[in-house]
Amino acid sequence: MTTLTDPPQASFRLSMLLSDTRYRSYTFQFIALMLLIAAIAFLGSNLMRNLAAAGLNISYQFLGSPAGYDINQTLVEYTSQSTNAKAALVGILNTLLVAFLACVTATVLGVIAGVLRLSNNWLVSKLMSFYVEIFRNIPVLIWIIIIFTIMIAVLPGPRAFRGDEPSASMVFDAIAFTNRGVYIPAPVWGPGSMVVVITFLLSVVGVFAYRRYATKLLYDTGRLLPMGWPSLAIFFVPALLAYLVMGMPIGLEYPELKGFNFSGGIKVGGPLIALWFALSIYTGAFIAENVRAGIQAISKGQSEAAGALGLRQGRIMNLVVLPQALRVIIPPLISQYLNITKNSSLAIAVGYADITATLGGITLNQTGRAIECVLLLMLFYLTISLSISAVMNVYNNSVKLKER
Amino acid sequence: MKKSVFFGALTAAAGLAAGVAAAGTLDDVKARGTLNCGVTTGLVGFAAPDSNGEWEGFDVAVCRAVAAAVLGDGNAVEFVPTTGKTRFTALASGEIDMLARNTTWTFSRDVDLKFTFVGVNYYDGQGFMVPKDLGVSSAKDLDGATVCIQTGTTTELNLADFFRSNNISYEPVPIETNAEAQQQYLAGACDVYTTDASGLAATRATFEAPGDHVLLPEIISKEPLGPLVRHGDNEWGDIVRWTLNALITAEELGVTSANMTEMMAGTNNPEINRLLGTEGTLGEMLGLDADWAAKALAVGGNYGEIFEQNIGEATPIGLARGLNAQWTDGGLLYSPPFR
Repeated sequence: MTTLTDPPQASFRLSMLLSDTRYRSYTFQFIALMLLIAAIAFLGSNLMRNLAAAGLNISYQFLGSPAGYDINQTLVEYTSQSTNAKAALVGILNTLLVAFLACVTATVLGVIAGVLRLSNNWLVSKLMSFYVEIFRNIPVLIWIIIIFTIMIAVLPGPRAFRGDEPSASMVFDAIAFTNRGVYIPAPVWGPGSMVVVITFLLSVVGVFAYRRYATKLLYDTGRLLPMGWPSLAIFFVPALLAYLVMGMPIGLEYPELKGFNFSGGIKVGGPLIALWFALSIYTGAFIAENVRAGIQAISKGQSEAAGALGLRQGRIMNLVVLPQALRVIIPPLISQYLNITKNSSLAIAVGYADITATLGGITLNQTGRAIECVLLLMLFYLTISLSISAVMNVYNNSVKLKER
Repeated sequence: MKKSVFFGALTAAAGLAAGVAAAGTLDDVKARGTLNCGVTTGLVGFAAPDSNGEWEGFDVAVCRAVAAAVLGDGNAVEFVPTTGKTRFTALASGEIDMLARNTTWTFSRDVDLKFTFVGVNYYDGQGFMVPKDLGVSSAKDLDGATVCIQTGTTTELNLADFFRSNNISYEPVPIETNAEAQQQYLAGACDVYTTDASGLAATRATFEAPGDHVLLPEIISKEPLGPLVRHGDNEWGDIVRWTLNALITAEELGVTSANMTEMMAGTNNPEINRLLGTEGTLGEMLGLDADWAAKALAVGGNYGEIFEQNIGEATPIGLARGLNAQWTDGGLLYSPPFR
């Protein structure tokens, strides 16, 4: 009679950390890690000691003291008596604003230019390659300065709008283009305007729901519902109806000349426009090349096969080529977004109050805390860049080839 | 502690300056044979290279005088151009021995950043310039105006304080350099340009039609500009302080580069004799040669001569002495006695 027993379980002994090949590599990696940490700690403490000896003690107390300077574009409440930390926050928001705007515009420009570059129309494709080559090969700082200088020199000052026969006038009596920025009407929220806003938000959700339903219907039954005009209708009609029913609660406040400047309305500052525009067209040229590369990476057989099935040109591009091309386009697109965010630090060239201009510029100068400010700046850009990569990688995972 | 020195050097290579001995700057300068002097990256009249690449200007003259006093040669200076951002780090880390870069003497720079301002070589104040056709006669009429301002200077803080205390609003347009400010101001992108009154005068002088622009009467701040050194080396601070005082005293006593050789032979004014080292042991007390002040004066002359040559009324900058006249002429220049 035999008894079936488990093979003897080797119990873990400390000596196995060295003798057993299964554990030995961990031992050595652990020792290496400890040595590395010790080395970094030693370098760090040495640095601090030497800095202290040079009178450069690291201290972040200045963040809590009043900044003392004014900023021309603030997305949150800020006065010259706010703290340096608040000034840094204003800068961070301004950086994020211009980076977001430029990412969106650059993507739109890049996709259009990239697709058109492959156009069969000789003039269109040559125009697009001209755009790409010109804008890609001149440094972005030069573009920022050129655009800003042209804005200042060509657009009229607010003084030109004054007088009985002004030499400049507002477009549609609503928008003023000046060399200090563009003034546009601002919405005035009257009572009941919340209803309109909520209706509008709901109809946006409705558009997505409708498109989802239409796609599902197409896949399930093969019935093709029209996409374009119903989407538009859902987007506009309910909000418009609510607006009329509630008695037009949302008015517009037009900018008007008052004192030295226009007041009222929303001011989109010249520096923001120059920076936004320059970053968009510059990075758009790179994105156009990414898009072109992505499209050309899809073998010709794909579009020919789609054509053989009777699909039209537009549908071949939208349903067959672009979804596959996205897999090639997304990874380099991430680094273009990172470039936009980092290049936005050139804002100081035109006096845009981004984080480099507030924390890394004025605060640094006024407090003399150069090392502290630069360390904070590095931390900020690192965090933002890693966050953008993380978000974009999630998107990349959702479009990349699913291997099963 | 050899290892620590080694790693200190490593971290220095990583972009941060390693610590330097706090004392003994004089010995370091003598051993090196040159004075490392921090100046601006270029502001005509104060510090800028001429067509031959030789640095010249009002602040440069202070550097050269100190180099002459210590090393006997006004050309033994290594000029280190610094920006508003790098100047204090450069001085604190020991990259430069002294900073002469129209830097305003303030409490926090003196106490918190641990620098010693050795004196004032230019008394300035912040003013406003506006186009004449704007019809503004006082800075208090500037409610709502757009103001061009050089960023990273004390003027930025003064501006905020001025408008806050008068309860009026403005919109700042921060600008990096004087040239950009000029361009934006002339294009009308800002209504007002504000900076040190000396800078405004110099800028207006370069306009095509200077008469179309007026300086408003308000001077909203005190801007005492002067050379500075690190805390912790009082001997070195004394040398820079008394070199500057020697230039000022020389003007007060009428010692110029022209009559100095004659006066070195001995005069019947004991203070001149002490200044030029023919009497007393002032140089020895500083750890320098007896004729240290004479050497400093020989480079560019006394304070008045340096002023006239670099920024005075005969130059394109065209500044009057104003507050920077000797106290005997109603100005603020008042050097302690050489005794």
